[in-house]
Amino acid sequence: MILAIIFIYLVLVLSLGVISHKFFRNTGEDYFVASRNINWFMLLMSLFGTNMTAFSILGASGEAYHRGIGVFALMASSSAIIIPCVFLFIGTRLWKIGKQFGYITQVQFFRDRWESNGLGLLLFTVLVLLLIPYLLIGVVGGGRTLSTITENTIPQWLGGLLICAVVLCYVTYSGMRGTAWVNTFQTLVFMTLGALTFIVIMKGMGGLSNTLKAVDSNLLMQEGNIKPLELLTYTCIPLSVGMFPHIFSHCLTAKDIGTFRYPIILYPICIAIVWIPSVLLGILGNIDFGGLKGPAANDVLILMIRQYAPGILSGFLAAGVFAAIMSSLDSQSLSLGSMFTHDIVRPYLRTKGQEQMSEYQQVWLGRLFVIFIISITYIISLIATPSIFKLAIWSFTGFSGLFPIVVAALFWKRSTKSGVYTAIIVVILLWLYFFLSFWKTPGYTIGGTGIMPVAAIIVVSSLTLVFVSLITKPPSSETVNKFITMGKVDYP
Amino acid sequence: MKNTFKWILYSIIILFIILHNDFWFWKSSQIILGLPIGLFYHILFCIGTSLLMFIIVKYAWTEK
Repeated sequence: MILAIIFIYLVLVLSLGVISHKFFRNTGEDYFVASRNINWFMLLMSLFGTNMTAFSILGASGEAYHRGIGVFALMASSSAIIIPCVFLFIGTRLWKIGKQFGYITQVQFFRDRWESNGLGLLLFTVLVLLLIPYLLIGVVGGGRTLSTITENTIPQWLGGLLICAVVLCYVTYSGMRGTAWVNTFQTLVFMTLGALTFIVIMKGMGGLSNTLKAVDSNLLMQEGNIKPLELLTYTCIPLSVGMFPHIFSHCLTAKDIGTFRYPIILYPICIAIVWIPSVLLGILGNIDFGGLKGPAANDVLILMIRQYAPGILSGFLAAGVFAAIMSSLDSQSLSLGSMFTHDIVRPYLRTKGQEQMSEYQQVWLGRLFVIFIISITYIISLIATPSIFKLAIWSFTGFSGLFPIVVAALFWKRSTKSGVYTAIIVVILLWLYFFLSFWKTPGYTIGGTGIMPVAAIIVVSSLTLVFVSLITKPPSSETVNKFITMGKVDYP
Repeated sequence: MKNTFKWILYSIIILFIILHNDFWFWKSSQIILGLPIGLFYHILFCIGTSLLMFIIVKYAWTEK
């Protein structure tokens, strides 16, 4: 029965993608940014659904299982203040510049902003490499959900394969409009089913107040689980939203600049709705499933669903977890295809021999690239068993390290391509240093002080960008005026 | 006047980022309205942030 519900859900998602294709206008702009005509509600659901992945459902509960309530402060409430600010100050400006100059990807904008094709290529490579661990979260999370909920009737490899296949089908067929439709549907599904999961499990456990009394009180406070400087510097992690290629694409879909208003206001509330149950259930999982070590805690939510929500309900709740995972995987896949088509195929591969490649062929090359990257991710998911939370944090750390670049592009006339080149190289080197040295050290912070590597990477990359820019030649005044003066907005 | 108000609102964003670091409940596991006080505070923080964004969008957004 559980399997039947999950399969019906997957068919429903596919059907929605197919139906949305009927509105396809047969242009590249419609395929990649839905003709920039998405309303505020779909924009909110797409932006939010894209950001909420296995990380916020399985990863958050797994981390809260080990570290208690502080996980909400680390990721949820810090995102509640930072992400709306990024949409307010960065997203709206990117939308305006994107509309004005017809951009589809970040790399197009950065390449023109600093008059450098090489910079575009470097950024393309870095963004794709950073997206792989983010994609991996979804593939691992999907496979794990299906295998745990079916008690291994469906193995993890098959679950991961299934989720990749469904996402690839509707993304390649219906493009951004299909992705936005499916995202809206899936975000509503996982928000509703998340709340339902919480209510059902709480009822089964005898009420929240009673169960909290049975939990180790250390998990109900931050002391001993989180360091003050860790909480402070974790605030840098959500800045990654400003550099996510899939968020950039979603920002471009807005109908007009006013479309951003409600998403900015309601985003913090949506975050609370999803993270409160995830964190509380993770903590309460210690009662029935004590002793889970490391990444094994990612399964705690699914184990609780299986124990307290029997039969049909269990299938619905698993579908909710699937919804959260797929609503991110689809946008990331689409943005990969979009980037390959616009940043590699069009500038470098469009002419094959004497003939020009048609738009149809270009889009197909983009689709093949998505299949290639998803296949690599899938293979990695078969051989690695990482913690979803840890994996996400390292991916976000890389994107956050690049955040000073988008700020410089939008606000600093004097920034130069050499400054940006050096900043990117610094981010790569520092990221590799921290990642390789400390991947195996749980709870690593710089010097044990609580300072997260992301804060150091942002500070060093910003200083490098400023210093090198000041001693090198700026772009032409024509370019600077085009992007900073003409791209200026009257709000806020 | 409008500009001054805008900057006041932006200062409140900084204040919120500071208030996010709730060192005052660091060692308390007290239960308030059925929730641990540290979690309760951060839920209120999310609601407060939403209200702040509402005010910013309403009063500092001049584009028609």
